[in-house]
Amino acid sequence: MTHRSTIAAAVLAILLAAGAPAYAERLVATMSRHQVLVNSSFTGTSIVLFGTIEPDTPASRRRTTGYDLVVTVTGPKQTLVARKKERMLVIWTNMDSRTFVNVPSYLAVLSTQPFEQFTTADMIRQQQLGIDNFLLPQQIGPDIGDPGRNDPFRTQLVRLKTEHQFYSQKTNGVTLLTPTVFRTEVALPAQSQIGNYDVDIKVFADRQLITRGGSAFEIVKVGFEQFVANAAREYGFVYGLAAAMMAMVTGWLASVVFRRD
Amino acid sequence: MQIYLPIADLPVDIFLVLAMGLAVGFISGMFGIGGGFLMTPLLIFIGISPAVAVASVASHIAASSCSGVISYWRRRSVDLALGLMLLAGGILGTAVGVWLFSVLRAMGQLDLTIGVSYVVLLSSVGGLMINESVRAIVREQSGKAVVFRRGGAHTWIHGLPLKMRFKRSKIYVSAIPVWAIGFIIGFIGSVLGIGGGFLLVPMLIYFLRVPTATVIGTSMVLTLITMASATVMHAATNHLVDAVLALILMVGGVIGAQFGARAGQNMRGERLRLLLGLLVLAVGLRFAYQLMVQPGDLYSIRQLGAE
Repeated sequence: MTHRSTIAAAVLAILLAAGAPAYAERLVATMSRHQVLVNSSFTGTSIVLFGTIEPDTPASRRRTTGYDLVVTVTGPKQTLVARKKERMLVIWTNMDSRTFVNVPSYLAVLSTQPFEQFTTADMIRQQQLGIDNFLLPQQIGPDIGDPGRNDPFRTQLVRLKTEHQFYSQKTNGVTLLTPTVFRTEVALPAQSQIGNYDVDIKVFADRQLITRGGSAFEIVKVGFEQFVANAAREYGFVYGLAAAMMAMVTGWLASVVFRRD
Repeated sequence: MQIYLPIADLPVDIFLVLAMGLAVGFISGMFGIGGGFLMTPLLIFIGISPAVAVASVASHIAASSCSGVISYWRRRSVDLALGLMLLAGGILGTAVGVWLFSVLRAMGQLDLTIGVSYVVLLSSVGGLMINESVRAIVREQSGKAVVFRRGGAHTWIHGLPLKMRFKRSKIYVSAIPVWAIGFIIGFIGSVLGIGGGFLLVPMLIYFLRVPTATVIGTSMVLTLITMASATVMHAATNHLVDAVLALILMVGGVIGAQFGARAGQNMRGERLRLLLGLLVLAVGLRFAYQLMVQPGDLYSIRQLGAE
C-alpha cells in the first residue's frame, strides 16, 4: 500500500514536472501605446498589441502543434441594469430588470482561430475563453452569480454591448506573423469608458495553456474635456453657475449683435 | 466635424447640433416660446441620454429667453413685479422638479415619465390651441364681431385673498394663483426640460388676464430665471449639464430666433397660434406613437447611477 502510494506520488511529481515547463516559453508583449487621450476630436481609435513567444527551450522543441493565442481586453468595471419593455395596457414600458454587477464596460476577445481548434472544452470553460464563458455576474436575489450563457438577460446584455462595439469576439483577430511573432489590433469605440484597461494574453500549444502574460493601457480625458468633466463632477454648483452665466452672456451678445432699434 | 461632448461622453457632429439649434431657435423666435419641447426630443433622438438632454437644454433655453427678455425690456413690456411673484413659486417648483427627476432616474422610470408627460401635456395643449385658433379664424371669416370677455369680468380666481396690484400689466389679482402658476411651470420645466413658455403664456392670459402687451416679456423673465436656476440645480445635484453641448445649441438658438422673430411678425396672430398648436400636437402624437407601438428593441441597458 505504502509502496503504491509512493509510486503514485512519484508519477504525480513527474506529471507536475511535465506541467512545470508550461512556463518554459516566455511571452514578451507590448502595446503600440499605453495611453489613449480623449480630446474634443476623439472618435474612437485602435491600439496594436504585438509580441513574441520565445520558444527556445527543450519543452518547446517537443511541441507537436504551433502556438495559438487568446487575447482578452477588459475595460473598467461597471454595474449595469438591463431592462425589458413589456406592454402595460396600451403603452410599452420597462418592467422586468436585472442588475449586472461589476461587469467590464469593454470586453474584446481576440484569438488566432476558434477555441475548439486548439484546446479542450474544459479549458475553454476554466479559462473563461470567449464572451460566452466570461463571467458576467448578476444580482439574483441576495446572491451574485452568472446563470450561464442561455440566460435571456445575459444574452441581451451581450447583444446590446456588441451592437455598440463595446463587446467583440474575433476568432481570427490575432495574426501570427511568424510561428512565434503575433500581432493584434484592439478597436476602441468613441464612447469607450475612461479608465484602465487590462490586456490578458494566453498562449496555447498541444491543447494546453502553456504561458500567459499581460499588459495594460488607460483611456484618459485630457485638456479641455478633462477640465469640463472634472469641474462638473467636483464643483457641480460652481459649474452650474458658470453654465448659467454662459447662457446669459450668449443671450445678451445675441441681443447686442442683432439689435434693430 | 465631430466634437466629443465631455459630459454626454459621445462625439456628435457639431454642424448637426448647430443646425438643430438654428431650426428650434427659428421656431422659438417665431412663436415667442423657448422651444425646449422640441429640442429635448431631438437630442434624445441623436443619442444623447434623456437626463443629459433635459439638463443641458435648460441652459439653452436660458440663453434664448435672455436675449428675448433684453429686447422686450427695451420696449418696456416686461412686468417685473409679476415676473418676480411668479418666480417665487417657480423656484420652489424647480427644486421639487429636480428632486423628482433624481428619484425617477434612480427608479429607472425616467423615460416613461418623460414620454407620458409629453404625450398628455403636448396633446392637450396642442388640441386646445388648435381649437381656439380655428374658432378665431372661423369667427373672423364669417365676419362676426369678436366677443372677448370684458376686461373686468371676474372668475373664482379673483375671489382669492392676498390681492396685489401689478402696475405695468394693469391687473389686480391674488398672489396665490400667481405662485401656483409659477410653481407648475418651474416643476414641469425641470422635470421635462422645457421652458414652459407655451404653457405659461396661455395660463397668464386666461387665468390672470394679463394683457398681451406684457405677457410674452413677463413669461420670458420667468423662463429665464427658472431655466438658469434649473441649470445650476441640475449641475449641482446630477452633474449632467454638458456645457459644450449647451454652448453649441445656444449659438444656433439665438441666431435662429432672430430670423424666426422676423418671420413671425409677418403673420396673423391666430394663424401663428394654429401653426404652433399643430406643431405641439404633432410632437405629442409622435411621443404617443413611440409609447404605443412595440419598440424595435425590447431590451435596454443603462449604467447604474447614470442614464
